[in-house]
Amino acid sequence: MTHEQLMALLPFMVLATASIVIILLIAFRQGHTVIQVTGFLMMCLVIFTMWYVRDFLPQTIMPLLIVDGYGALFTGLIIFCVLVVGLFSYIYFEEREENPREYYILIFLSTLGAAILTISRHFISFFIGLELLSVSLYALIAYLRTRNNAVEAGVKYLLLAALTSAFLLFGMALIYMDAGSMDFSAIAQKLHTAEQSSPLFLVGFSLMMIAVGFKLALVPFHLWAADVYQGAPPPVASFIATVSKIGVFAVLLRFAQELHLQNNHSIMTIISVIAIFSMISGNLLALRQQNIKRLLAYSSIAHFGYLLVAFLPGNSAGVEAAAFYLIAYAITILIAFGVIILLSAKDKDAERLSLYRGLFWEKPFVAIVLAVALLSLAGIPLTAGFIGKFYVLMAGVQQQAWLPVIVLVVTSVIGLYYYLRIISTLFSDVSVAIEKEKKLHPFFYAASYTALVVLVLLLLGFGVMPATIIPGIKQFLLIGN
Amino acid sequence: MILVWIIVVLLSGGMLCWLSARWNPLAAKWIALCAVLVDLAILVNIWLQYGRGVQAGTDTWMIQYQTAWIPSFGISFHVAIDGLSLILLLLTFFLGTLAVLCSWKEIKNRAGFYYFNLLWTLAGISGVFVALDLFLFYFFWEVMLVPMYLLILIWGDKNRRYAAYKFFIFTQAGGLLMLLSILSLYYIHGAQSGSYSYDYFSLLNTQLEPSAAKWIMMGFMIAFVIKLPMVPFHSWLPDAHSEAPTAGSLILAGLLLKTGAYGIIRFVLPLFHEAAVDIAWWAMLLGVIGIIYGAMMAFAQTDIKRLIAYTSVSHMGFVLTGIFAFREIAMQGVVMQIVTHGISTGALFVLAGMIKERLHTRDISKMGGLWTSMPAMGGIAMLFTMASLGLPVLGNFIAEFLILMGTFQANVWLTVLASTGLVFSALYSLRMMQKVFLGPATNDEKLHDITAREMIILATLSIAIVLLGLYPQMVMDLVVSKK
Repeated sequence: MTHEQLMALLPFMVLATASIVIILLIAFRQGHTVIQVTGFLMMCLVIFTMWYVRDFLPQTIMPLLIVDGYGALFTGLIIFCVLVVGLFSYIYFEEREENPREYYILIFLSTLGAAILTISRHFISFFIGLELLSVSLYALIAYLRTRNNAVEAGVKYLLLAALTSAFLLFGMALIYMDAGSMDFSAIAQKLHTAEQSSPLFLVGFSLMMIAVGFKLALVPFHLWAADVYQGAPPPVASFIATVSKIGVFAVLLRFAQELHLQNNHSIMTIISVIAIFSMISGNLLALRQQNIKRLLAYSSIAHFGYLLVAFLPGNSAGVEAAAFYLIAYAITILIAFGVIILLSAKDKDAERLSLYRGLFWEKPFVAIVLAVALLSLAGIPLTAGFIGKFYVLMAGVQQQAWLPVIVLVVTSVIGLYYYLRIISTLFSDVSVAIEKEKKLHPFFYAASYTALVVLVLLLLGFGVMPATIIPGIKQFLLIGN
Repeated sequence: MILVWIIVVLLSGGMLCWLSARWNPLAAKWIALCAVLVDLAILVNIWLQYGRGVQAGTDTWMIQYQTAWIPSFGISFHVAIDGLSLILLLLTFFLGTLAVLCSWKEIKNRAGFYYFNLLWTLAGISGVFVALDLFLFYFFWEVMLVPMYLLILIWGDKNRRYAAYKFFIFTQAGGLLMLLSILSLYYIHGAQSGSYSYDYFSLLNTQLEPSAAKWIMMGFMIAFVIKLPMVPFHSWLPDAHSEAPTAGSLILAGLLLKTGAYGIIRFVLPLFHEAAVDIAWWAMLLGVIGIIYGAMMAFAQTDIKRLIAYTSVSHMGFVLTGIFAFREIAMQGVVMQIVTHGISTGALFVLAGMIKERLHTRDISKMGGLWTSMPAMGGIAMLFTMASLGLPVLGNFIAEFLILMGTFQANVWLTVLASTGLVFSALYSLRMMQKVFLGPATNDEKLHDITAREMIILATLSIAIVLLGLYPQMVMDLVVSKK
């Protein structure tokens, strides 16, 4: 391995070190605050090293990994999400029944898995990354194990994830049998020379899509989403909604780009069918939901359906659209979960919608933050969610994928209903007094509020001035292409 | 640049209202009033400055401002006004000032946030009237939606939640279809010319296949006729109008509906001229159906605000019919109708709001004989009822007369049917007048007549409507040179 390759991998090594550092800190009996601060600094260090090694990119580390601008963009997004999730975790776990220290080890391991996914160019690294991500998640979801829904959610996720991993492996094996290689580019070459795509490849890809669809909670593999979002602690749920999905989507996108899947008609049909059903059922299931965590789960199903519409064209505009959409979505969902975390009481999460009644008149700041996030999810202008949806529609219209595009439009009108329902609850008259929680750590509360402010400013900033970020995304995606 | 300032004044004024209400609720009102008055002054100044130039037939675009916004998509911040935009902006700030004034006493709770929403709605509306970049247009189209939704949701009447949802979802559905059309147009134009842009003037040169033009135009049309509203898509309007607070109804009827008409005139007709000619007969027919249907529904209502809302459906039918007659004279009538309907219906909503403030009901069967206790209000109500049914001397007469003259050249039978709408309008207007102000008094309470503040509002509206009736030339001068 050359020096350049080592340098390119530096951020990932720092990320891997993070969990070891936390283990050592626990061994030396350090407290929650120390671990939290160290974890935060380690993540900052990862970002710093990414900036530091930027000139070495792109680097291919044969045969498993490729560190290019695309990987750096998504890894950066993942690390950003983890920074925020980690910050919110402090005030949430500090007051909870369970000792929170091992939590950080699991979070960083899981992050490493997601980061590996973004840079993998081989089935082996794909699988390792995915498993690293999921195995840590099993424990994370059931972390507050004395709670009612936690273990149920954890076991559900464990069983389904194990099952779909088996499908993934089988699919990989079939493609290996067809192409004789597990390397993305080698598979692409083999496919390119073949006259037409073999049924073996088609079956293999479909089986792989089961695992990917499960991770992204796409219909019909979405059944776990609501239960897991509800049962998991909110920081973990926000982690699943952002980091895990970004990682998996990144590898799916890279796989599709390398193999030029957009030329394969039957695969595109499969994906558009999945997209259409995800958009429809996600939005319909969310309509009557009274639990805000479950509602966000269903809305995330719909949002990944939208994202697949950007995936369909398979050109650079589609990748840009997907990257922008993921950034906007990640920020939005972090805000929403941040609000839930801030409002959660010691023994109960703030998940029932009735708790939010009249919140605007009680706590205007939190309510406005949540309202902005919901408007962004609904894709209303001034927010980044609007530009994201616009971008996705642009990609879809350019490809003339009329059916998915029309479904997108119709279902987002349906979706509007439940977002408006929450907003009207926030602004309604009768207010339920939320118990004043004792602020144990004013510093971390202040930090969490600051994080929310920064996120909202980013959301509005990208919504009003997308020109500040789009060239950046384009530049990143160009590195290594 | 002055056009940008118009919007900035409203947006920042709105923020200030919200923030200042924390320490002084009274400040919010004054800031809001100042913001709209500043904008009104700017507009009047532009009118005085450029109104002459237009008459001489020089450049139809008086002021233009363009700067890059999202260059990678070919989106620019392009705003400009011509005579049509100028008229609509004047109307916006005229009614905007009155909206602030008529909320003066009505809104007691959360006034800061209220004026924030009011000003942001106005900002969205004025943005729609000046935007010449299709993306920017869509952007403002949506921006006016959320604050209006909140106005209905928070300060509305009993059934406000339902009305607010319905308003938002109807409009957004149309808006998204329009967005699809904008995107298709963008790509077709880009493929033809090689330069991808949302700019109005570049898109005007797009050559469209007839079938593509038809579909793309339908996307625009649906968004605009929902806002207008045209008959099968009107059902959000009575709910939203009747549940909204007085200022909300005033803005909805006076301005929001006009954005639909403006959209058709500004975008649909120039961009898809052939396709628009093809559907002209159907559009006129639906317009005529709207005229008659709205009038009949208005006749049957017992809720005074719903009644006025249905008269809007009827009057907007004239607008649609007039636009698709494709006659110069009808188009002038349409612009007159836009202005006079904004004033007369706005005034009726203000009156309804005042009555509701005193009697705490909107049910006209519980009213009656109000003239004896409130002669001044009765007199003014009589004036605007007469305006609404199209009595000469008042502005609406000129408008509807011109529209009918234009449509008569285009289609005789539809014009005959449309004219019966005038008869119906006499029916429902007189019925309303009779039930509310005449007849035996049902209410023994002593009601106070209009106050000085209310007098100012109603007097300005009355002067405006009479002035437009006697000297409509000032509006037409601005539209005449459109071609």
